[in-house]
Amino acid sequence: MNPGLLGIEELDRAAIEAILTRAKDFQPLQSQSLKKLDTLRGKMIVNLFYEASTRTRTSFEIAAKRLGADAVSITASGSSVSKGESLVDTLNTLAAMRPDAIVMRHAASGAPHFLARHLPTPIINAGDGTHEHPTQALLDARTILDRRPSLEGLRVAIIGDIAHSRVARSNVHLLSKFGARIVLCGPPSLLPVELKDLAPEVSLTNDIREAIQDADVIMMLRVQLERQHEAAFPASEYFRFYGLRLEHLELAHPDAIVMHPGPINRGRELSSEVADFQRSVILNQVENGIAVRMAVLEQVIG
Amino acid sequence: MSIVLKNGRVIDPASQTDRTADVLIVDGRIAGVAPNLSSPKAEVFDATGLIVAPGFIDMHVHLREPGFEHAENIESGSRAAAAGGFTSICCMPNTKPVNDSPMVTSYIVERARSQALVNVFPIGAITKGSAGEELAAIGAMKAAGAVAISDDGMPVMNSRVMRRAMEFAKSYDLPVIDHCEDLNLSAGGDMHEGVKSVRWGLRGIPAASEDVMVARDLLLAQLTGARYHVAHISTRNAVAMVAQARRHGLKVTCEATPHHFALTDEEMLPYDSNYKMKPPLRSCSHTSAVVDGLAAGTIDVIATDHAPHAGSDKMQEFERCPFGIIGLETALALALEELVTPGKITLNRMIELFTTGPDSVMRLGRGTLVPGAPGDVTVFSTDLSWTYDLNQSHSRSRNSPFGGRTFRGGPVATVVNGQFVWKR
Repeated sequence: MNPGLLGIEELDRAAIEAILTRAKDFQPLQSQSLKKLDTLRGKMIVNLFYEASTRTRTSFEIAAKRLGADAVSITASGSSVSKGESLVDTLNTLAAMRPDAIVMRHAASGAPHFLARHLPTPIINAGDGTHEHPTQALLDARTILDRRPSLEGLRVAIIGDIAHSRVARSNVHLLSKFGARIVLCGPPSLLPVELKDLAPEVSLTNDIREAIQDADVIMMLRVQLERQHEAAFPASEYFRFYGLRLEHLELAHPDAIVMHPGPINRGRELSSEVADFQRSVILNQVENGIAVRMAVLEQVIG
Repeated sequence: MSIVLKNGRVIDPASQTDRTADVLIVDGRIAGVAPNLSSPKAEVFDATGLIVAPGFIDMHVHLREPGFEHAENIESGSRAAAAGGFTSICCMPNTKPVNDSPMVTSYIVERARSQALVNVFPIGAITKGSAGEELAAIGAMKAAGAVAISDDGMPVMNSRVMRRAMEFAKSYDLPVIDHCEDLNLSAGGDMHEGVKSVRWGLRGIPAASEDVMVARDLLLAQLTGARYHVAHISTRNAVAMVAQARRHGLKVTCEATPHHFALTDEEMLPYDSNYKMKPPLRSCSHTSAVVDGLAAGTIDVIATDHAPHAGSDKMQEFERCPFGIIGLETALALALEELVTPGKITLNRMIELFTTGPDSVMRLGRGTLVPGAPGDVTVFSTDLSWTYDLNQSHSRSRNSPFGGRTFRGGPVATVVNGQFVWKR
């Protein structure tokens, strides 16, 4: 078994709690003037991004550097990938340079799982296709727990293109393990019925008002046009039926928070007012991303 | 040249034979089935405790020659067939160039004559380049040796073209074999659409993509009167539709692969391309319908869809890997272990599915041990324990989910046209 982090599904509560607790230790560091530790001094982390990403790649890079590790980032364009080298050959080449971990994002679901069977180097999944994005779910949980004592019994609405969302899958696995009730909401073509079997306590609806009713947490997902291989939903009416507007928030729990993994599309999946709403925690999520990824890197390499 | 197979349990469904006897083969043909047969100078093989059956026929094989010899060729594929107990194989036309002309058909026939250990029968393409538009030279291919037509893997989406193909095939008395898949419904799919595909974030191939095509083809078969055969049937509805069409008197047959009765999508190793094939491994309600169809007689044939792919092609991201697995060497063992041993079908029925079943579709004049028939014999054991070692495979490819599995029962010796071509 590869010692990295491939997904939330295979983690147990204790493993998740350990990361979330450790991430809390790293939170104050983010606002100190001297932010750098030497926990991972001398360690080398390769960020291998086969898909464009600004925030996740930067977040991993900063997390590595704040732990004192060296980080190299490689993006698919301009590397051997565009010269037709296979994924296995690229990874074997990188592994031969003896990094301590490879952080990897790839457009193909399961790409890191496939590689983990052939490589001893720990692989940290930074998003694989439409499958999982484990560190996103961890930072989301950290962000919720900064405002709530526990995940148990919380009603969480996840709204948008669920079918193509790795963020949704990782969050469903994590939240369900801790006893949250999850409502998945989206247009029928982006909400396959089999999602109900993903984990216990998951329900589905095509009605955004029903999803938001009494919600403690509202997670909006980006409309992933790049992952839709067909016109699964008429884009022109998406906002009308699945966009989050201020008036929706009256249906939710009075303290409900609004989350979004970013990058946000104002006017597509949520209105500009909601994005700037005082209980929107979108920037807190970004901030927690570094603390959570520090905890993950420390656990995998340290 | 003669061979006598002594004292085996001879099962020949075609002649309703099931008894302990000797089988004598002289000059490449069955000379007799009876106790205490002998012939001077005959090579004697002791088949005590073994089953002696007509040579098995695999009517759905990809030999990859010409064009993809790095994955398989006629010689290596035929050796894998012999080691799997098959004496005759029919090879699909998706080579490079596609077998859509009498030149390619003749090339395959000639190569098989000089290279193959077993009988090889080419299947011609339905359309030129299997592009689904213009009919191939069906009659000329038949004259060159083609025994059926199919655009396997690249189904004819245009219903009018399929209609014409059936009309021509009927006039040449050839069966039309279809890989039933609505390419619009299945587009981009990597595995069966269901709980697992949603969990793993892989795009699904709905069962309906197969059902829609089977329904269309059955209507066209009714319209044209053609002999129509469904390749690798894998869904509950498709099996039901074939059964219904039969009741209405249509000349419809179908086959199932060992992997579609032995495995479900639940048993897939996540993102392991050795579990990626078309049709995909279905969920258990579909799989049990396939098993029921084999038992009830709706499904006539077990065929492997042996689809070799070079290691480098299968060592990729799941969604980039080609579809298909090799199957010649494990088919008999899987049928014994998954169907006969658990009592789902009888041994006699299994042998039908490998002999008279495919022969009735392809009309090769084989699949029986009656005197005068070609001297093709499959000798196998129902209790031999053996382990499938992929590194010892006779195929040039290694893409199988069954590597390392220990089986109870398997082939022991294979006789083609009166000569041993393989012995364990």
